[in-house]
Amino acid sequence: MSEPQNRVDNELAVELRNLNKWYGEFHVLKNINLQVKKGERIVICGPSGSGKSTMIRCINRLEEHQQGEIIVNGRHLTEDVKQIESVRKDVGMVFQHFNLFPHLTVLENCVLAPIWVKKVPRKEAEATAMKYLERVKIPEQAKKYPGQLSGGQQQRVAIARSLCMNPDVMLFDEPTSALDPEMIKEVLDVMIELAREGMTMLCVTHEMGFAKTVADRVIFMDSGQIIEENEPHAFFNNPEHERTKLFLSQILNH
Amino acid sequence: MKYETQKALPPPASTIGVLGWMRKHLFKGPGSSIATLVLGYLAVIWLWPLIDWAFISADWLGTTRQDCSGDGACWVFINQRLDQFLYGFYPEAETWRLDLSFVILMACIGWLVIPRLPAKGPMAVFTLVIFPFIAFVLLSGGFFGLEPVDTHKWGGLSLTLVLAVVGIVAALPFGVLLALGRRSHMPIVRSLSVIYIEIWRGVPLITVLFMASVMLPLFFPEGMDFDKLLRALIGITMFQSAYMAEVVRGGLQAIPRGQYEAADALGLGYWQKMVMIILPQALKLMIPGIVNTFIALFKDTSLVLIIGLFDLLAIMQAAANDPNWIGFATEGYVFVALVFWVFCFSMSRYSQHLEKRLHTGHGAR
Ligand SMILES: Nc1ncnc2c1ncn2[C@@H]1O[C@H](COP(=O)(O)OP(=O)(O)OP(=O)(O)O)[C@@H](O)[C@H]1O
Ligand SMILES: [Mg+2]
Repeated sequence: MSEPQNRVDNELAVELRNLNKWYGEFHVLKNINLQVKKGERIVICGPSGSGKSTMIRCINRLEEHQQGEIIVNGRHLTEDVKQIESVRKDVGMVFQHFNLFPHLTVLENCVLAPIWVKKVPRKEAEATAMKYLERVKIPEQAKKYPGQLSGGQQQRVAIARSLCMNPDVMLFDEPTSALDPEMIKEVLDVMIELAREGMTMLCVTHEMGFAKTVADRVIFMDSGQIIEENEPHAFFNNPEHERTKLFLSQILNH
Repeated sequence: MKYETQKALPPPASTIGVLGWMRKHLFKGPGSSIATLVLGYLAVIWLWPLIDWAFISADWLGTTRQDCSGDGACWVFINQRLDQFLYGFYPEAETWRLDLSFVILMACIGWLVIPRLPAKGPMAVFTLVIFPFIAFVLLSGGFFGLEPVDTHKWGGLSLTLVLAVVGIVAALPFGVLLALGRRSHMPIVRSLSVIYIEIWRGVPLITVLFMASVMLPLFFPEGMDFDKLLRALIGITMFQSAYMAEVVRGGLQAIPRGQYEAADALGLGYWQKMVMIILPQALKLMIPGIVNTFIALFKDTSLVLIIGLFDLLAIMQAAANDPNWIGFATEGYVFVALVFWVFCFSMSRYSQHLEKRLHTGHGAR
């Protein structure tokens, strides 16, 4: 539909330009502008209902936007189904509730999309899957069903499943907030390792320790807008806006 | 505080076993005991004549009506006509083909029903896709040196089973497509599916059969006569797929949105997502619903009588009108009712059992 009017920057993995979205009458995302460079790690935080999930779900078109442009790896996201599918190939996503396929084994969960979407031969797909399962430290669970694993293990499988598609960008939507405290660390460790290897990441999370360790930039959202955006040290030590200060005091004191 | 792990003790004897059960449910206090005795007495008084008629004074052996005393039921009639009730007018030398098809079908179903057996997926595909061809070849013949048997010779319980099984198996894929259509984002596809489903669900099967038999031929070129049974099967399938669509829709709705989203996020296309992720999970949830519609259809098949097909009920009625056996229709109806009941009851028990299993999550995979 919309022709690329402006030039596309090759250095950018994801770009949002004047993004606006409504749910019916409700204006969820208001004029969002965001540029994510290749290899950059971004943490997004903000109060509940501020539109964090909605924003990152627009990037792989789980949600439609009504105005503005979304450019992923140089490709404009429009209604074109082929384009959407090709963007989804390059963008992995990890959900709060894991969303593993319960009727398939861990290994089958991991090889399904590579085989059917990327047409990778099964042998090769299985080898890749085992490699990533080893990286998230659960190769011995490959033959089990998701229901037989703990929450933390399931989330690590979900990460491995996304990695099997060899994505350029990874989106995380509160990956640890459905987990018991003792499992949070095992998932964060995997994510930190991933970040260190140079994966482009957009991560909605309230794990401020994670943000401090790996983020290049922290973004604070409130009522559908990006209020503040800064590198982690400055963001946590001298936030500019009152709203950010209030949010940080709530989250760090509890 | 100090504590020791305590041993688990068996429950007191008065709460378990037959006696325990009876004490708890039948003789709990004087009121309950009196009620039990009175109702038990009434039940015996009431049921006694029936038991007497069906078993004690009944005649079982013989060849003609003269062998029946007339005091109780004359099961000789059923005995003598059993072949006809089971096979219709199918040539006697060929009835092994019906038996074989039935045995294969039961083996397939048994395999699918017993949780311990492996390879449920391939077995289901075999039952739904390959078995129909085997059964078709066996039943109608004309291949591999099997003598062709015209469909107007089919009848009895085997015809009832053919109608019901074909009705369900053929309706399943159409039902799935209609259900997907009804949930589609494309307005035209959605409207067409809704219209189809609502029209067929709003008409009684008897009209459908009548239309299939009378109206369907009008749409075909002059002189092209096609099989009465086939017409009935088409009618039943179209009718049944509307019901199936609603069962499937229920199953699809029970799948959490996260499953659709995960499949989308991985870049799977619509059909890949449906066939590999959503339907396999939904189908499992749909089994009780499918069994229930199957029970309804199984009983409804006796309506084919009005278009001149002889299912179990119709063939029994015809036999009861035979001058040699006039006056024994009651035995016939009891027998037919019993056969229907045995089939429907076992299916309904299975479906209840499944619901329980799915409910407690043991069937999660
Ligand atoms: N499908 C929908 N239809 C209508 N409103 C929606 C829908 N999904 C989300 N919303 C609304 O949009 C707003 C933003 O939701 P979103 O899920 O993006 O918030 P969030 O920042 O991720 O919050 P949380 O921290 O609770 O996950 C909320 O007010 C929510 O009620
Ligand atoms: Mg959210």
